[in-house]
Amino acid sequence: MFAYVLRRLWQMLPTMAGVVLLVFFLFNWVGGDPAYLLAGKMADANAIENIRRQLGTDQPYTVQLWIFVKQILTFDFGNAWSTGEPVSHIISSRLGPSLTVLIPLTILETVFGIALALAIAFVRGSLTDRAVMVACTVGMSISILVYIIVFQYVFAYQLGLFPVQGWGNSLGENLLRYALLPIIIGLAVSIAPTLRLYRSFVLDEAGQDYVRTARAKGLSERRIVWVHVLRNAAIPIITHVMANLPALLIGAFLLERFFGIPGIGREVILAVERSDFPVIKAITVYVAVATMVFNLLADLLYQAVDPRVQLK
Amino acid sequence: MTAMNMTMQSGSPGLWTLAWRRLCADRVGIAALAVVAGFLLLVLLSATGLVAGDWEDEVAVNYAPPTFVGADASARALARAQLPRATPPNAFDPLAAELAELKAQVAQTHPPLEKRTTLPFGADKWGHDIVKKTIKGGQTSIVVGLVAALLAVALGTLFGAVSGFYGGWVDDLFNWFYSIFTAIPSILMILTVAAVLQQKGVATIVLILGLTGWTGPYRLMRAEYIKHGAREYVMAANAIGASSWARMFGHILPNVSHVALVQMSILVVGFIKAEVILSFLGFGVPVGTVSWGSMLNEAQNELILGKWWQLAAAAGAMALLVTSFSLFADALRDALDPKIK
Repeated sequence: MFAYVLRRLWQMLPTMAGVVLLVFFLFNWVGGDPAYLLAGKMADANAIENIRRQLGTDQPYTVQLWIFVKQILTFDFGNAWSTGEPVSHIISSRLGPSLTVLIPLTILETVFGIALALAIAFVRGSLTDRAVMVACTVGMSISILVYIIVFQYVFAYQLGLFPVQGWGNSLGENLLRYALLPIIIGLAVSIAPTLRLYRSFVLDEAGQDYVRTARAKGLSERRIVWVHVLRNAAIPIITHVMANLPALLIGAFLLERFFGIPGIGREVILAVERSDFPVIKAITVYVAVATMVFNLLADLLYQAVDPRVQLK
Repeated sequence: MTAMNMTMQSGSPGLWTLAWRRLCADRVGIAALAVVAGFLLLVLLSATGLVAGDWEDEVAVNYAPPTFVGADASARALARAQLPRATPPNAFDPLAAELAELKAQVAQTHPPLEKRTTLPFGADKWGHDIVKKTIKGGQTSIVVGLVAALLAVALGTLFGAVSGFYGGWVDDLFNWFYSIFTAIPSILMILTVAAVLQQKGVATIVLILGLTGWTGPYRLMRAEYIKHGAREYVMAANAIGASSWARMFGHILPNVSHVALVQMSILVVGFIKAEVILSFLGFGVPVGTVSWGSMLNEAQNELILGKWWQLAAAAGAMALLVTSFSLFADALRDALDPKIK
């Protein structure tokens, strides 16, 4: 087990090196010289030269790459260009609000998704099944923007059930007051694709021999679906949830932007708008690391769920 | 097309003929195909200027409501206020005579129109016809989705072909690229590239989406090329001296192109959605170009004023297209790959 984890971590190194090279290539080569951007409109040659020296962009590319690698290894990406706030502080302070929305959203989405998928698989082929699938297809085709605009307008602005936007200081207030509507919208958007996917996972299992055996020995349909099928369908579900977590951190940027939640996703949008390269670089590197670590965690969870899986 | 003709002559139906027959048997698939074809026809007509070429004309009063809602009092008041009024001549103006002449000329070529108080589906802030604007916006969004998907599938097919056909270190190299691109979530990748390029334009979005979206087609095409590379017909081609390039794209590609086609239809849907979000955020189409995303951006503020029609038009058109495109993609996959159920 320990040897497996160690080897997986070792295998991540080439990918990580590739991510670093890609980000470096994008920002230091494609992105061009940031000195003109930073110096403003009325820049003189001295000021530009000065900024270049500070950023190290007057150095050869190999030296610049080494500066970037050092930044990653020391977790110190310098200060944000637009606000001067340390990038490490930006990330640590924005992570909390993002997780306040994302953790309840992920839990609710997974629980509802599994429950509905099993219930639908129970009546597969029926009119209900087909009606739900059509509703899912239509629901998926409506842009997330429309969901957010309409829900925010109707529930927050017209009916006044929720604050239109904002963010408080205490976790309880945030979770129960400000994060509620974003979580509901997130659920409404994600339940259709999740349900379709989980239903296909469950149906893959429903035709297996062990299901027939369980029926033959007289188990109730309820027990077959909720105990036998669920445990076997859990592996692809775990993969899906774990693989989606880091992407969700960024993917919730529209919710965070509309509802004024000071999270990571909104920070990315702001950074793109202001061309704040250090912030985007840092977030990209961290999210890539998180994606790889969560993939490893998913593999470790497989073994916990399914003892037949041998990690070698 | 040539494959189809050849199979017609030899008597036994080929892959594409069989797939077309299966698709015809799928009523939902055919209906979806008809809707998609309708949208594509509109895009074609709008691109050639036959339809919605004059969407920028300010034909109605600001925020004119849809006809089925009927004009309200404020719209009528606006229409009266916006009628061109004759200003009293200024006796001290040295250019009075020239101005009068110019005005007469303008009046001849552009007779003053009374602005309409209602339009079939309402008007936006400037009095543009929403129906025409939606068609024009659809043109941008659909063209971006199609071209970007074509680029992504072309890249994925090329990489997958080279990687799966040659194997060895070439395969390792492309797998390394694949692991890098999948380690970064696609939406972050798109935003990062948008931040770096700092240029707005339709070509930029196509490049961003195409360069970041090749991973899915790559994985599938690579598997197909590994599978087909060892088949007898490829060995036979090798024996008669076909170059590796000819084997890859002359012999194998026609046999695996259905995978690429299905991937493309799936990507188009994703890219249309992505373009709408990018344009909404202002990283997409430039100012002056209308797309469904930029329409939703305007509609967000209009909704607070109670002007819901632009939102409904853009959202409805998009939902209709995306629903039928996904249903069509499903039907296409079922028709081309009957093994999967």
